[in-house]
Order: sequence, then C-alpha cells, then structure tokens
Amino acid sequence: MSPLKIKKGATSHSAYDLRPSFSDKEEQHTLAVLVENEPGVLARVIGLFAGRGYNIDSLTVAEVDHLGHRSRITIVTTGTPQIIVQIKAQLGRIVDVHKVNDLTVEGPSVERELALFKVQGTGDHRIEAIRLADIFRANVVDSTLESFVFEITGTSEKIDAFAELMQPLGLQEIARTGVAALSRGN
Amino acid sequence: MTKAMTGARMVVQALIDQGVDTVFGYPGGAVLPIYDEIFQQNSIKHVLVRHEQGAVHAAEGYARSTGKPGVALVTSGPGATNAVTGLTDALMDSIPIVVLTGQVPTFMIGSDAFQECDTVGITRPCTKHNWLVKETDKLASVMHEAFHIATSGRPGPVVIDIPKDVQFATGKYTEARQVETHYNPQVKGDMEMIAELAAAMETAKRPLFYTGGGVINSGPAASQLLRELVAATGFPITSTLMGLGCYPASGENWLGMLGMHGLYEANMAMHDCDLMINIGARFDDRITGRLDAFSPSSTKAHIDIDASSINKVIKVDIPILGDVAHVLEDLLNVWKARGRKTDKENVQKWWHQINDWKKVDCLAFEQKGKVIKPQYALSRLEELTKKHDRYICTEVGQHQMWAAQYLGFEDPNRWMTSGGLGTMGYGFPASIGVQMGHPDALVINVAGEASWLMNMQELGTAMQYGLPVKQFILNNERLGMVRQWQELLHGERYSSSWSESLPDFVKLAEAFGAKGIICSDPDDLDDAIMEMLNHDGPVLFDCLVEKHENCFPMIPSGKPHNEMLLGENADVANAIKSDGAVMV
Repeated sequence: MSPLKIKKGATSHSAYDLRPSFSDKEEQHTLAVLVENEPGVLARVIGLFAGRGYNIDSLTVAEVDHLGHRSRITIVTTGTPQIIVQIKAQLGRIVDVHKVNDLTVEGPSVERELALFKVQGTGDHRIEAIRLADIFRANVVDSTLESFVFEITGTSEKIDAFAELMQPLGLQEIARTGVAALSRGN
Repeated sequence: MTKAMTGARMVVQALIDQGVDTVFGYPGGAVLPIYDEIFQQNSIKHVLVRHEQGAVHAAEGYARSTGKPGVALVTSGPGATNAVTGLTDALMDSIPIVVLTGQVPTFMIGSDAFQECDTVGITRPCTKHNWLVKETDKLASVMHEAFHIATSGRPGPVVIDIPKDVQFATGKYTEARQVETHYNPQVKGDMEMIAELAAAMETAKRPLFYTGGGVINSGPAASQLLRELVAATGFPITSTLMGLGCYPASGENWLGMLGMHGLYEANMAMHDCDLMINIGARFDDRITGRLDAFSPSSTKAHIDIDASSINKVIKVDIPILGDVAHVLEDLLNVWKARGRKTDKENVQKWWHQINDWKKVDCLAFEQKGKVIKPQYALSRLEELTKKHDRYICTEVGQHQMWAAQYLGFEDPNRWMTSGGLGTMGYGFPASIGVQMGHPDALVINVAGEASWLMNMQELGTAMQYGLPVKQFILNNERLGMVRQWQELLHGERYSSSWSESLPDFVKLAEAFGAKGIICSDPDDLDDAIMEMLNHDGPVLFDCLVEKHENCFPMIPSGKPHNEMLLGENADVANAIKSDGAVMV
C-alpha cells in the first residue's frame, strides 16, 4: 500500500455547528443560500427539500451578482432543530452552493416581503380599503372606479394582517413575492 | 496552451489527461462521434458491455478495487435511463465514477426527439453533481471538474450530458491545470475535538472502534493509520459491511462485522461499549437497529467528511468533520503526545467480556448429510482461495451476508458489494470491472442464482475480453432473503420467492463459450472449486445448496443489538413485533 501525501496546514472550521442541542419543538428558520447561477441549481435545492421531506414555507430566488455569477435563494423552512441542522448540511453539500447562512440564529436580521392586492368594491368598502391601505403604508399602483391594486411591503405577518382586513372589503387576488432577508449591521 | 479540437476529441483527450485507462460503455446514435474518436486511439481501452447498467457497475467495481475513478460511456435516452440504477448505487456507497451520456443535439432538446430524455433532470437526485454541456468550449473544463468533484470530499457519481452537436463542433481545449473550482471540502479535523476524543480514549473502560466505508474511501493511508491506532491502543474494532478489509480479519483486535447479520460479539460490544469511535461509518439502519435502544450508555465520537452524516440519525458527542486519514494522523499524534494512555485494567476486563461473547461461536454450523450448506461452501471457498491475490464481489441477499461472515478480508479495496442500495445484479458486472483493473488477480463474484440472472448478459462481455471472472453461485432456487423474511414475518407464505424454471447453468455457460461447473455433493466441493480456480477463463459455478437455510445471526427489525437471534432454534416469529415488521 502506498501512503497518502498528507498536507500539513491550519484547520479551517466548519460552517455548521456540529454540536447543537436538540429539542423536539418545531422552529421556523430563514436561510440565505448563495449559489452559483447555473441552470438547474434551483431544481437541486427544491429537489433536496422534496426528496428528503423538508418543508418550504417560502422561497425566493434572483441573481444578486451578475459579474460574480451568483444568485441568492432565501428559504423559510420549518422543522425540529435536528432537521434544521440537517437541511443546512444537506444544502451545504450541493456543489453549486457557496454559502448557507441561517439568519434566524446568526444574529439579528430583517425580513421583507412584497405583495400586490386587488380589491374590488364601491362606496363605504372602497373608502375603508383606501383608509386601511394608508395606515399600512400600501401604495395604490392601479385604480379603476371599482377596484384598486395595492402594493405593500413588510414582514410576512404584516402582509397576513393586511390580507385579513381586506377580505371583507372585496379582496379578489393576492400575489406575494416570498421573503427576502438580510442580516443586520456589519 | 489551448488547442482547438472537436468536442468528441476533447472527451477522449480529457480522459487521457485524467489518467483514465479503461472505459466501460455501449454505443448509440448520440455518442457516435465519441466512439469514432475512441476507435482512432490506443491510450484508452473500451469495454463493450451488454447493458448500460453493467457498464456503470463495472465502473464501480473498477473504482472500488483500484481507488481510481471509474468511467462509463452511454448513449442518450435509454442508455442514460439504464445507467440510473448504477448511479444511485454509486451515490449510496460513495463510489467515484464519471458517467458520460450522449444527448440529442442542442437545437432538438425539449422536442421529444428520438432517444431524448431529460438526463440531467432524471439523474439530479442520483448523482453528486451533473452537467449538460451546451458549448464545446466548456466541455474540457467540465470534464476536468467532474473528475475533481467525483473524487474529492465524499466521493460519488457524476454525469456529463453531451449533446451530439457539441461533440461535432470544434472548440478550445482547456487543460486541467487551467480549471478553477470552488469545490474544496475540508479534510483536516478540528484539533480541539480531536484532543477531546484523545482524552475520551484515555479514560474509556469499554471502548470500541466502529469503522465503515469512509476508511476505504479515504485511501490506503487511512487503513494503515487505523491499524496503527488499533495496535497502539489495544481497543477492539468492528466494521460495517462497507468497511471490511480496512482492518485485517486476521488481526487480533478484530470482532468481525456488526449489524443486522453481524457477529454476536460485535453487536454486543456496540450495545455495551462506553466509548464508540465511529470512523467513516454513517449509523445506517442496518447497523443501529432500534434507534432509541442503540448503544445506550456510550459516548459517541464520529469522524466523517460529510457534515450531513453527522447527527443525522444518532446524536453524537464528539463530532469531527474531516477526512479519515487526516483525522487519524492527527489523532494518533495527539494521543501519543499525551502519553499513550489507556485504562489498561478496565480495557482488559472489557476484553474478557468480549472473549466470553466470542465463545458463543455465532457462526458455527454443521455440515451433515449430502446437501451442501451455503456456509460450508463459503468456508471451503475461503480456505482454498485466501492465499491468492483475491478480490471478492457479491450480489445482494443471503449469499452476500454469508460472504461477509465467512470470507476474511486482509486489505482494503478487496471487497466489492452493494451496501446502501442493495442492488441485485451488481456483482457480476462489478467483477468484470475489477478484473479489468487487476488482470492477473483472482476475481470471484459470490452470487445467488436470482441476483446473478439479473445481469447475466455480461457473460458475453467477460468472454469477449477474456476476463477469467469466477461466478460462484450459491443456488438455492429461491430468492433466499425474501423467503427468509416471508418465513419469519409473513406466516411462511412464500409469495413469488422461488423460480420455477431456472436455466441449466452449465449449458448457459457453454452457450456463451464459458466453462460451467455444477456441484451438489459436499464431498466433491473442494475438487470442483479447484477446477474453477485452475480454469483460465470465465467460470459459472453452480453450487446447489440447502434450499431453506436461513441467514443468522440476525437482529430482528425493531430490536436492539442485545436481542440478537442466533440460530434456527430462535423464536423468530415472536421476536419481531408488528412495529418492527414495517421496516425492511
């Protein structure tokens, strides 16, 4: 048997906490996954979640660095701490994945979602809709005599709350982008 | 220097540059330009298989026995879909192979063209990585990167899908050294964790090394370091099916294989140990049995190159992410520097306990009467071949477990078996791949008749290339493991687990121009085996064995390690409760 040539050198640490404390309670985590902008990379990520039975609560993806050929996928997922650690490790072994950040545990972060709401109505309902939109700082981006399209940005909870209020006022359709998230500070 | 050449030429050039000497494949419309290039060179041997699944398993056998990546070349559509089982097999067992598939020309992709399939889509979940190369200029760099990814970190299969127009077009050839890759998995373990493990080894009263395929995949140095560590500490060692050979079966600290059909002493030691040192194994369900009763009182250390293997099913106390050889070297150095301490007195007591378990002699069997016991057949095979330069492949089922129990492996890379996926039909083509990598060695495929028939067409390949592979078939005219489970769990209702019209294997061999031997009498067995060994060419050995032999010892589904069933008298039906029966 011929011995291996074993390199001497400093140890680089894993990106993953290999010794987490596990409980059985499900938690929601927001993961930021920086990937090579290659065909099929989104399919790899989605296929991983489907194939191993993980949840996707929300998923957004877009190129963020054209020259560097990088896209950012933001995934909101739910699972026990052990599953969350598995998800991060499984994402990390995809060849096209450069970095996995768990924004939920790696310090404070901001999360925003954009949504478009089509609300139809006349009279008091119409007036109430535009009043509430004002309170929620939603913008009117389209208007007819009998309908509005509102644009609203905020946390998912804020958009949920807005949807609930619009429901009795003639809510017709909602389009949501899913969550985009960044860590706070440096 | 960049040279201009066609895509097809690039494929061959990149293979040569990567040191490939053998390609297993099957031509078809979408790979004709590559086959034309293969025809016009002498550096690479091409082995024409008889089915694409055979090509991939042969590449696996080649890879596992040589430590070099295996290469397969298949056409589009059915060529690619036939490769899927082999790819999944290689993924489960972490075998580095590069599979090249032809594809319809780029301008026809998506049009449901003749022999078109979405190869990258189909193979995405069963490869470590895959590529559809749409530009000839990128083909060479993808080829080089593919070899890098297949062989670094946790090894695995990769697919490169190459449309026919890309093969015809001319582009710039990129040398391997010009290719940049970000894929560079961590190989050095965390020194703090390694020190923690060394400290645990110093105080352990009942330590145990639990080793797996990762030791083999890490290369021969890993096995060397492991042997050094075992000798220096005096701790007992067991291994999974995948890790057999990393520590010699004749070594004095060897407990034998563990797991569902592992040895009594190995499983009892797993259950009772207080320090489990997992080296390159992954707590597979064949190993752990019932999870909540798995080795309840041990501190568990786990050395693995794949972060997703750590804490996946079993929570470990000392996780070490890194390559086995690198980590073992550091571990040995740290442990030696700390004074080579172990709790000798308690480890000695532990050995007394283990030696008591060994007295159970769980592999004992009695060869009586005129029917060959499969255990006897393998014991004789072991006795008559162990001094040879020997490589063993297996199919999947009872014979595979008996081979693991009754054959001894002294070195890594000598044992080729489908562990994770459990692919019947793996062994015969794998033996062809092994023989291509080791033309002068004795290559034996221990098979069951049912598994062997799944890829029997490869007898044509063995004949065409004069590969003297020995097919040692334990013929019980049953799907033995299925039959065993039906006996134990399904009220002896043998639903579809026997073959009513098996071929005459001697005539079958002769039809291909190979040699066939049949043996049914234990008294004739040694002579028959010698006849097989002395024949210079492929041999089909039809060994008629006891039809209803069950494979023991056995940990019934849903049971912990210390509730093993040892033999035919065991109360199996009552041992397996309905909650265990749901598991496979």
